[in-house]
Amino acid sequence: MAKLNINGKVRDVQAEPDTPLLWVIREQVGLTGTKYGCGVAQCGACSVHINGEVQRSCSVPLSSVKASDKIVTIEGLSANSSHPVQKAWASVDVPQCGYCQSGQIMAAAALLKKKPKPTDADIDEAMTNICRCGTYQRIREAVHQAAGNTRAADRAPRRS
Amino acid sequence: MKRMIFGNGQRLSRRKFVVGSASIAAGGLALGFKAPFVGEALAQNGATEVNIWVAIKPDDGCVIRIARSEMGQGTLTGLAQLVAEELECDWKKVTTEGISPQRNLASKRAWGEMGTGGSRGIRISQEYVRKGGAAARMLLLQAAADQWKVPVGELTVSDGIITHAASKRTTSYGKVAAAAAKLTAPDPKDITLKDPKSWKIAGKPLKRLDTADKLNGAKVYAIDVKLPGMLNAAIKDAPVFGAKVVSFDDAKVARMPGVKKVMKVKDTAVAVVADTWWHAKTALDALPITWDEGDNAKVSSATIAQHLKEGLAATENNGERKNGDALAAVAGAAKKIEATYSTPFLSHACMEMMNATVKLSADKAEVWVATQNLEASLAALSEASGVPLAKCEAHRYDLGGGFGRRGGTQDYVHQAVVIAKEFPDTPVKLIWSREEDQAHDFYRPISMCKMSAGLDEKGELVGLHVKSSGQSINAWLNPTGIQNGKDRRQLQGWWEEPGDAQLGYTVPNLLIEYVMRNTHVPVGPWRGVNTNQNGLYMECFIEECARAAGKDSLAFRRALMSKHPKHLAVLNAAAEKGDWGKPLPAGVHRGIAQFMGYGSYSAATAEVSVSPQGKLKVHRMVLALNCGHAVNPHQIAAQVEGSVAYGLSATLYGECKVDKGRMVDLNFDTYEIMRLGEMPKVETVIVPTYDFWGGVGEPTICVVAPAVLNAIHAAIGKPVRELPLKNVKLV
Repeated sequence: MAKLNINGKVRDVQAEPDTPLLWVIREQVGLTGTKYGCGVAQCGACSVHINGEVQRSCSVPLSSVKASDKIVTIEGLSANSSHPVQKAWASVDVPQCGYCQSGQIMAAAALLKKKPKPTDADIDEAMTNICRCGTYQRIREAVHQAAGNTRAADRAPRRS
Repeated sequence: MKRMIFGNGQRLSRRKFVVGSASIAAGGLALGFKAPFVGEALAQNGATEVNIWVAIKPDDGCVIRIARSEMGQGTLTGLAQLVAEELECDWKKVTTEGISPQRNLASKRAWGEMGTGGSRGIRISQEYVRKGGAAARMLLLQAAADQWKVPVGELTVSDGIITHAASKRTTSYGKVAAAAAKLTAPDPKDITLKDPKSWKIAGKPLKRLDTADKLNGAKVYAIDVKLPGMLNAAIKDAPVFGAKVVSFDDAKVARMPGVKKVMKVKDTAVAVVADTWWHAKTALDALPITWDEGDNAKVSSATIAQHLKEGLAATENNGERKNGDALAAVAGAAKKIEATYSTPFLSHACMEMMNATVKLSADKAEVWVATQNLEASLAALSEASGVPLAKCEAHRYDLGGGFGRRGGTQDYVHQAVVIAKEFPDTPVKLIWSREEDQAHDFYRPISMCKMSAGLDEKGELVGLHVKSSGQSINAWLNPTGIQNGKDRRQLQGWWEEPGDAQLGYTVPNLLIEYVMRNTHVPVGPWRGVNTNQNGLYMECFIEECARAAGKDSLAFRRALMSKHPKHLAVLNAAAEKGDWGKPLPAGVHRGIAQFMGYGSYSAATAEVSVSPQGKLKVHRMVLALNCGHAVNPHQIAAQVEGSVAYGLSATLYGECKVDKGRMVDLNFDTYEIMRLGEMPKVETVIVPTYDFWGGVGEPTICVVAPAVLNAIHAAIGKPVRELPLKNVKLV
């Protein structure tokens, strides 16, 4: 038995200590917005926030999470999809199949917390989640929009 | 090479009930048809079914029925736009409802075919869905006319509001829907569709209808299905294709947490069923399994390459196109050019890996599944379970990626049924690990191509000989598609016939040959199918010819395209918007390519740089597309951008190597996928000519790799003839 603080709610979960947090979230807590994509921290579909940092939950064992750690999943990012990143995603019409987008949104939200005005280079560095539909161009646009980067100069030249 | 035939039902024998598409072509037949489920529709959303495509709610909400599968390609939104356009409803009040295959079958396939592949979703169903919307509009107007006792011709409608100007009366669709539902549907022959140039909803860059629940984790994919009492299964199919299970030591894992059963699945696989999927996977990973790997274990990428190389020298062929005498023309030409290209096996790597949840009861079978073909899923469920079709149900889920993987094969449904048979009345969810997904795909076929050309003294192409050697998709999945030993599909994009995938060049002496060289690796359609390889071979070689002739790449192509004005117009559009011939920053180089597939014409320019260390950067791509009618330019652009990401990822990294008879690139650490930082700026140029209906999801991918490779050729002064680029030293 372990205690987890997920989306502001403390829950008791029953799982072996080496169970990845992803599968605790999906199968014990029952929140399925966090996705399984690779299991080896490559794709980022399982991205959640732990104490404000984006983490790939498929590679975080339950034993490494303390009861005091604050875990936020896509379901807890905002009420009514009101986070600026979610609003920008809707405005730019980012998702195609949508499967990776929970992770993309969580990664973008964490980026903006650290760097409220990211440049293209910052986005390249932070947004490493895999999307097979190929929404990358719209993700970039939406991150800029969420950041309020409206001028070309905000984005820094793309060609180096 | 010996080809193993699976005994596990992967090669689905389609049931007789899956009727040919001929009956669907007359989809108008279904216009007046009312599905015997009106009560159900009412119960579900309070709407009145006006006809099978349209139900109207009392608050004027319009529920538009969708038969095709949504996998991110946007077909749901595009189809709804086409219905709504003719319906003249308020787009803001449109919602959609997916039709189940059992409902379609019970209604004599009133909604037509459900299979979603080959970029057909909109182009094949556009006429009957538009007529469905128009028929519903006519019924709703007639109901208002009857109520007001005025001629229907005096009524006008806009945004679902019906007006009789003479008497200054208005009503709305919600108010007349019940009366409309009682009227006799118009004869399809009496329905006149709008001129697409007058479209107000279709043809517009509208946002998708299905975005909201993709932003907050609320969307339930098949992999997320939760049912009371559900168990979970993990599976390992023989790593060597065609190998069989000899034994497994279930005692080793029987007492691991949550484990309910360790079982053989058909002759080739072992599954663990547990309370949670993580428990099932953990036990499966710990389970010792002995396989009979057979001769296939001797196969490697090197032996397969040898097999294909031998094909390049073979005298027979399994498909050809010819005019003139290409061999003589090349042999006697002033200048000869020769090159051999190769492309590897590729997996689809859908983000949502294969999965299916199955529940079998005494008199009922159900599957919850993400599929590009709901009817094939239903057929697989019935076939594998032995439960009659009429007692089978397939529950529809949007796909977390399809790309051709989730079509007719339904291998995962067959497996899930075998497992669920051990647990009657209990839903069992089978999820493949990423490793299983990479190990057991139906891969994009491996191929090689030897190209020979002759130029005359003026540098004009006088002869072209194309000889491709590689694996046939039809041989694996659809042997009846091969007739008299000829597999025309392998020549996709090189065809003479106009309309679908026609070669855009006229060459005075042309010989194209396909030599079938199959392997034991399962193959299948992969976004763009054979246009990927064929487009790359043709367009990279034409580039080599242009350079050998000392001519501009664009001008050399144009000279061969005078008899193909549509191909040429798209090439010109890409060249113009891609600034062909204009100066570039130092170190940046351009490439160009054009090709055709899925009824649409595509062309691209790419701008790349190669660093002194050989590092490639793709800066910008401009893609031009003529898909005839452009139903939603915003979503078309999304598909074009997506085709760049999918195609460029394959160009840079994609490769499934075979060693000891099995796939070895089992996760994204070695099967690398392009990330956001490598995505070029993509500009989509849509140049519709409004005189045909072409596909959108697949057409543009085939020009991505050749445009980039031709730009690399410009940058480094030599051609690249093999993929992926990660294996190629550029400097």
